[in-house]
Amino acid sequence: MQEPYPSVKNILLLDSEGKRVAVKYYADDWPTQAAKLAFEKSVFTKTQKTNARTEAEIAMFDGYIVVYKFIQDLHFFVTGGDNENELILATVLQGFFDAVGLILRNNVDKRTALENLDLILLCLDEIIDGGIILETEASVIAGKTTSDSLDGMSSLSEQTISQALATAREHLARSLLK
Amino acid sequence: MAQPLVKKDDDQEDEEYSPFLGIEKGAVLQEARVFNDPQLDARRCSQVITKLLYLLNQGETFTKVEATEVFFAVTKLFQSKDTGLRRMVYLMIKEISPSADEVIIVTSSLMKDMNSKTDMYRANAIRVLCRITDGTLLTQIERYLKQAIVDKNPVVASAALVSGIHLLQTNPEIVKRWTNEVQEAIQSRAALVQFHALALLHQIRQSDRLAVSKLVTSLTKGSVRSPLAQCLLIRYTSQVIRDSSMNSQTGERPLSDYLEACLRHKADMVIVEAARAITEFSGVTSRELTPAITVLQLFLSSSKPVLRFAAVRTLNKVAMTHPLAVTNCNIDMESLISDQNRSIATLAITTLLKTGNESSVDRLMKQISNFMSDIADEFKIVVVDAIRSLCLKFPLKHRSLMNFLSNILREEGGFEYKKAIIDSIVILIRDIPEAKETGLFQLCEFIEDCEFTYLSTQVLHFLGNEGPKTSDPSKYIRYIYNRVILENATVRAAAVSTLAKFGSIVESLKPRIFVLLRRCLFDSDDEVRDRATLYLNTLGWDGSVGEIDKGVKEFLFGALDVPLVNLEASLRSYEPSEEPFDLSAVPKEVKSQPLTEKKAPSKKPPSFGVSANGPTSPIDAYEKLLSSIPEFSSFGQLFKSSAPVELTEAETEYAVNVVKHIFSGHIVFQYNCTNTIPEQLLENVVVIVDASDAEEFAEVTSKPLKTLPYDSPGQTFVAFKKPDGLPSTGRFSNLLKFIVKEVDPATGEAEEEGVEDEYQLEDLEVVAADYMLRVSVLNFKNAWESMGPDYERIDEYGLGVRESLAEAVTAVINILGMQPCEGTDVVPNNARSHTCLLSGVFIGNVKVLVRLSFGIDGPKQVAMKLAVRSEDEAISDAIHEIVANG
Repeated sequence: MQEPYPSVKNILLLDSEGKRVAVKYYADDWPTQAAKLAFEKSVFTKTQKTNARTEAEIAMFDGYIVVYKFIQDLHFFVTGGDNENELILATVLQGFFDAVGLILRNNVDKRTALENLDLILLCLDEIIDGGIILETEASVIAGKTTSDSLDGMSSLSEQTISQALATAREHLARSLLK
Repeated sequence: MAQPLVKKDDDQEDEEYSPFLGIEKGAVLQEARVFNDPQLDARRCSQVITKLLYLLNQGETFTKVEATEVFFAVTKLFQSKDTGLRRMVYLMIKEISPSADEVIIVTSSLMKDMNSKTDMYRANAIRVLCRITDGTLLTQIERYLKQAIVDKNPVVASAALVSGIHLLQTNPEIVKRWTNEVQEAIQSRAALVQFHALALLHQIRQSDRLAVSKLVTSLTKGSVRSPLAQCLLIRYTSQVIRDSSMNSQTGERPLSDYLEACLRHKADMVIVEAARAITEFSGVTSRELTPAITVLQLFLSSSKPVLRFAAVRTLNKVAMTHPLAVTNCNIDMESLISDQNRSIATLAITTLLKTGNESSVDRLMKQISNFMSDIADEFKIVVVDAIRSLCLKFPLKHRSLMNFLSNILREEGGFEYKKAIIDSIVILIRDIPEAKETGLFQLCEFIEDCEFTYLSTQVLHFLGNEGPKTSDPSKYIRYIYNRVILENATVRAAAVSTLAKFGSIVESLKPRIFVLLRRCLFDSDDEVRDRATLYLNTLGWDGSVGEIDKGVKEFLFGALDVPLVNLEASLRSYEPSEEPFDLSAVPKEVKSQPLTEKKAPSKKPPSFGVSANGPTSPIDAYEKLLSSIPEFSSFGQLFKSSAPVELTEAETEYAVNVVKHIFSGHIVFQYNCTNTIPEQLLENVVVIVDASDAEEFAEVTSKPLKTLPYDSPGQTFVAFKKPDGLPSTGRFSNLLKFIVKEVDPATGEAEEEGVEDEYQLEDLEVVAADYMLRVSVLNFKNAWESMGPDYERIDEYGLGVRESLAEAVTAVINILGMQPCEGTDVVPNNARSHTCLLSGVFIGNVKVLVRLSFGIDGPKQVAMKLAVRSEDEAISDAIHEIVANG
């Protein structure tokens, strides 16, 4: 039987050694920390050698479907049950992946991700709520994550420009203070 | 304003730089004191929260005291007006998931945010509050939530709707009151609001089939915009179709036009969802399948791995039931064998193995050999299973397939994988006589170098059964005796038994076997010595027994002809008494599918098209139930119980189905009744059966059901006497009679006085197939020949125009109610003729074998030749009558 609505079991963001950058579990399938780490290890080793840099890849094991995509030293994963529509999971993955790209202004690597971990965590919070898909459109996710005065619909290009200016100003200020 | 960046302004700018380098829980908890500063530094506070979240994310845990401290400190931060910080506060509260008494502290702050002018605050506060709240608080905020559902800001509406879906699990009665608002939200122009609203509304109404059906019908007319919402609608539509096809026999599926239209949607996810829904229709026809298969075929050559995977996975499932429908995709499928993605390649191979025809087998095997070395064991097992079924389908190809199996057997692999190969070879040897010699030889080779004791003993046992019957049994002795010299005690003991079997069956080998067995008398293990002694004495090595006594042979090597599960059940129910346990009284009905299918992996498969295990027959439960009723105890041994037959339409007030229990001289109808009206309690429920159309039956007793409360099924029985041992047939009309009492829904108490009422049920038929047990034979040819042509009856029948040959074969199998043997129920693709072998036991314990030859001509006219052999002339005729009347 299919789930009444599409659901995501976890979202993982790991580094190139399989260590956690940010992870979020929504299902009780892995009740302990050890079970979670074992799952991450297995996902990482089974996908490590594949080339998931241009198109999202997919794998199936232990009764789960995992879609994944890599960039630099970051590995993005979205897991669903084995009856789940793969395309829906892939849409969630793409939303997460692109939103992180927007938030980090295309400097997507582990170091930048950790430096902006707060934004990454907020981003996860805006994509899935308790396993239910909240939003899949990268620009909306990134907008909700970064904008301070938010009305959900404001255009992304405006935001990024104003943010870019703000950051530039901050950098300038810091260099002057040094 | 600048966003808060997490920066540790240290100067360690080396390679290993991480903002969280050397972070420690204790120190961060200390840092959290800044939350209490009268002058809040929003930036600093955000950084500290990020560090706390980082620790939690890395798997660090806070003690109860630490969590409480952090929680209270975090609540102070609601004073700050900084939006970035507020977001982090929300996240932190969700992560800590405070206890009920702590929740109260933040409730008022969150409720304030819920009514804030800032949409972002409102949306987030709703999600946080609903996550941590309990039922009592929920009633306070319900009003706001209802407003939020219809809020003009989609983010707020979605937050409320998603929270509603979660809350429905814990507080259904409250969420169900929001139906009107949710219905309004479905009309929203925002894609995701529509998606969330639809999901929630369906969850609210899921137990009410009629409401779901109405909802689906109205929405399929086209107001759903977002692809995600479309996917939901497709799921609900196929649910409605599933439910409705259960009670209408017309064969038309409502709403299937909608699903077909979805195949032309522009979003891939909708197409896949729709195609999958169509292929999963029960009893899907090839006309329905074709459009779905066509779109999936296009996806097979997509550049996106996810799309290729979705397509091949779906086609793989279809191939299990409709191999013919998938053959068009074979060329695309073959190119996927070399797909970079191993999951896709494995699915493609197993699909091809299911759909391939005889001529493509060799080519396919070549392609697979290259592929096998670089996939994981779990995939290999799937491939091995597929090859076994292929070999059973094309016995002529056994040489190349057996070759393949023996090659991979020699390669490295884990236990499960090797076991799958051994199981496959054993099954092939059993079912394809020509493959026997090569197969046995492969097994001998295998045990020469086998690290798994379990597999060695299994192979040795099998060799003992099959080896002596080959043309040159002596050549196996060397391999077996090697085991006695080289292996551990368990394997040695098994080898001794195998040697003894050879000795007992092959007279010429006997003296040599005795020599070998005598050597085993000095083994270091007592089990090995004991076995050797037992066999030497019973087989008469000292010349005391000339011809081996048949009883001895039976005792030593006789196969148990009852399924072990049944034997176990009978032994459990046996109570020590004067009467010895009677082995012949153990039921022989085979519980699940034939042997070949039973070997499919039973643990949770990696879902590569391994068919779900058939439902285990509830015959044990029936037997227990019936034997507990004194009125039926004199009827003797239960011969067969039918599958339940529905006597009511779905969604009626009372749901009744019936199970027919056949005894030699009696038949018992078990009516399973369910009362679906919460406001009613039924008493003295009984079924009045009119058997005027069933002359040979006479009602002997009936057992009413005392009470039938809402939604807890109960049974009432009616028993008939019938001519002993004969397959009497007839038609029975049924009337449900009962006393109905009103129940107060508030208190659950029933009124004193009841009213008598009745309810017409559908008719029930007892047909000849009810008297047939599905019992399989391992080797049909042997069984057929040993039965002899004395009571053979042959006749020919025209079956008229049929959808396909496969459909005709299935229909005849169902009419006869017999067990297909050796996988002959599967009709190869494009076959113009087919032979199907059936076996069964007819009432009176008469073995029956049937050989069906089918032929189909151009305009789909199907003709059939039916040859029956049985132990009784009258039964052979009866089988023909069944078909003639069916």
